[in-house]
Amino acid sequence: MAGLGQGGDVEYFVQQLINGVTLGSIYGLIAIGYTMVYGIIGMINFAHGDIFMVGSFIALMTFIALGILGGIWLPLALLVTLLVTMVITAAYGWTVERLAYRPLRGSFRLAPLISAIGMSIFLQNYVQLLQGARVRPLQPVIEGHFILMKSAHFSVVLSYMQITIVLVTVILMAIFATLISKTALGRAQRACEQDSLMASLLGINVDRTISLTFIIGSLLAAVAGMLFLLYYGVIDFYIGFLAGMKAFTAAVLGGIGSLPGAMLGGLIIGLIETFWSAYFTIEYKDVAAFSVLVLVLIFFPTGLLGQPEVEKV
Amino acid sequence: MQNTPQRAVNWSRIVKESLVAGLIALVLFFELVGVRVVDNPGGLGLRSRWLWLLIAVVATAVGRLLLAWRREILNNRPVADLGLTASDSGKSDSRIQIFTRYVAPLLIAFALTLPMMPFANRYIVDIATLVLTYVMLGWGLNIVVGLAGLLDLGYVAFYAVGAYSYALLSTQLGWSFWVSLPLAGLLAASFGILLGFPVLRLRGDYLAIVTLGFGEIVRIILLNWYTFTNGPDGISGIPRPSFFGLPFKRHVPEGTDSFSSFFGLDYSSMHRIIFLYYLILLLALLTNFFTLRIRRLPIGRAWEALREDEIASRSLGINPTNTKLSGFAIGAMFAGFAGSFFATRQGFVSPESFTFIESAVILSIVVLGGMGSQIGVVLAAVLLIGGTEMFRSLADFRMLAFGALMVAIMVWKPRGLLSNREPTVRLADHPEEPSPDLVAEQKS
Repeated sequence: MAGLGQGGDVEYFVQQLINGVTLGSIYGLIAIGYTMVYGIIGMINFAHGDIFMVGSFIALMTFIALGILGGIWLPLALLVTLLVTMVITAAYGWTVERLAYRPLRGSFRLAPLISAIGMSIFLQNYVQLLQGARVRPLQPVIEGHFILMKSAHFSVVLSYMQITIVLVTVILMAIFATLISKTALGRAQRACEQDSLMASLLGINVDRTISLTFIIGSLLAAVAGMLFLLYYGVIDFYIGFLAGMKAFTAAVLGGIGSLPGAMLGGLIIGLIETFWSAYFTIEYKDVAAFSVLVLVLIFFPTGLLGQPEVEKV
Repeated sequence: MQNTPQRAVNWSRIVKESLVAGLIALVLFFELVGVRVVDNPGGLGLRSRWLWLLIAVVATAVGRLLLAWRREILNNRPVADLGLTASDSGKSDSRIQIFTRYVAPLLIAFALTLPMMPFANRYIVDIATLVLTYVMLGWGLNIVVGLAGLLDLGYVAFYAVGAYSYALLSTQLGWSFWVSLPLAGLLAASFGILLGFPVLRLRGDYLAIVTLGFGEIVRIILLNWYTFTNGPDGISGIPRPSFFGLPFKRHVPEGTDSFSSFFGLDYSSMHRIIFLYYLILLLALLTNFFTLRIRRLPIGRAWEALREDEIASRSLGINPTNTKLSGFAIGAMFAGFAGSFFATRQGFVSPESFTFIESAVILSIVVLGGMGSQIGVVLAAVLLIGGTEMFRSLADFRMLAFGALMVAIMVWKPRGLLSNREPTVRLADHPEEPSPDLVAEQKS
């Protein structure tokens, strides 16, 4: 709460804005995985938060391994880490879909959700068992910062890490938006979302499209996991649950099924959480995020950018 | 059937599949299984365990090989061997009905006599009490999920409300268990109404997430509201239950009786354990009885109608909000009762006992048992809670196996172990009911 009281109020606000946008970018990246899967098969992929956690762990181990090999230029090391993390995490996302969800396609509504909860419990305990329950601290990798504004009591800091996070998110979003709107895969994906039976009649391999949806969602979650690791420096096997919950909240807030909505929802949740911790109490920040979810669902049941759903008899 | 020519098992395909599975396993396990992060003096380091990796990869490949082999064998069976699935499902339905009719009284008789069995030591009765707690929670949630069709992922919040109600009423005001029990149920039900009122208009999955969020909110408040709930330290020294005023103690003040002295028995610590066991058995059977009865009342029928088709029931004049709200509140009430029991059994409550995982466990008991099936809940609770409790020595693997079991049962039997849905109303002119499998699920 430093800087509150005697001047520096504007600076404090701007600082929280920066922190909120950074956090929101990470939530947004995870939220896309939820929203895409919900859009295409109408299930809450409860294990998605844990895919993010697995990504975070793989990034940590790859980065340490590269450090042990030594002598690699840092940006190159980060790039290699990113690629390895994306590949392995995507493999996890694909496997989860193949083992736990595909056999249940066309089954009754609750079955995949229960299966997803089971998968989430499995993945958490799998990582805890293999990597231990202790929190893993990593030395800061990207250091240094700009000072944007300065007053007598408080200076606004924009770290290189925060710039990296927002930049990576923006680039990924651009690639992703192009992928969905311009490529054959994106068209197939949108077609399956609208009517998977019709899409399959027109020669689209629905199973393959759904698998690819999971892979894309996991790729973004992997990036989010790595950014989370680099930003906070500490991870444990439990980070996936809360981050996943908030990201899902973000997806619902933005209107589930809507990709820009997921990003927007992520930003809003990130900002709410940061501002709540900064101006009120840090203990109740999660309560704030969930309360917003409840309020939004009551007043905008389809989310901010979602399409209203027509219920047919 | 022996003389039907068998197609040769396609070995090259099986081997290829198993190799691919092994390769994927190698990618998956390479880092998380093959390497472990360790704390070195100079920061984090890695330690390799290639043997684990080798075992994991080979196990996956062999597992896949066996599965593919089994599939090929099944595919190669002559068609006559397969049997007709349609008649099969009808047969299994009636089988389940017979099973339910005869096994339920047997189970109750077994439950009643369990503490007198020769093998019933303290450990067994304790586990049975735990299993029964989950059976009761499962039956309570079954009202919400199975009958009213509302997916509640925050059921543990009401359990927590019940537990903390009794804990606070007894430690702060000195109220006895039997006075607090109905109050705890009422409080939990009011919480259900409070939460349900704004959110029950939402569709299934949104409702699930909001209830999940609500469960977390309750836990966070319990964790942080020090002056009221004592935060993460929890509330200890909750009075143990007494047998209608007779405490289960070795030494009691002069002039009063304890349970053992009143009945002229030797003091034994088992008395309390057995009393707790019968207490939860009574509460659980009460829940079951209530559910069976309310299904036949207009409100119960309205729940089931709403579950099957909301629009149709609306047009028939059922008020969806009130109907759902009553289901939600009644389910919450039973969680409140179970919560009070939990508090008095443990003598201690803390927010740690009411995490999301508890909600997930209760929900999976309901769904694995087959939604709406009362006996399925018992089966699933015995399997999941009793099963994992037996393997407590393998503490670390317990939850891992729990998660895997949930996935496996869902994949194997997506509609639950006993998925028979007994119709509450039969038309006299049509003695042959359509198979429940043919009744379409409510579309999402």
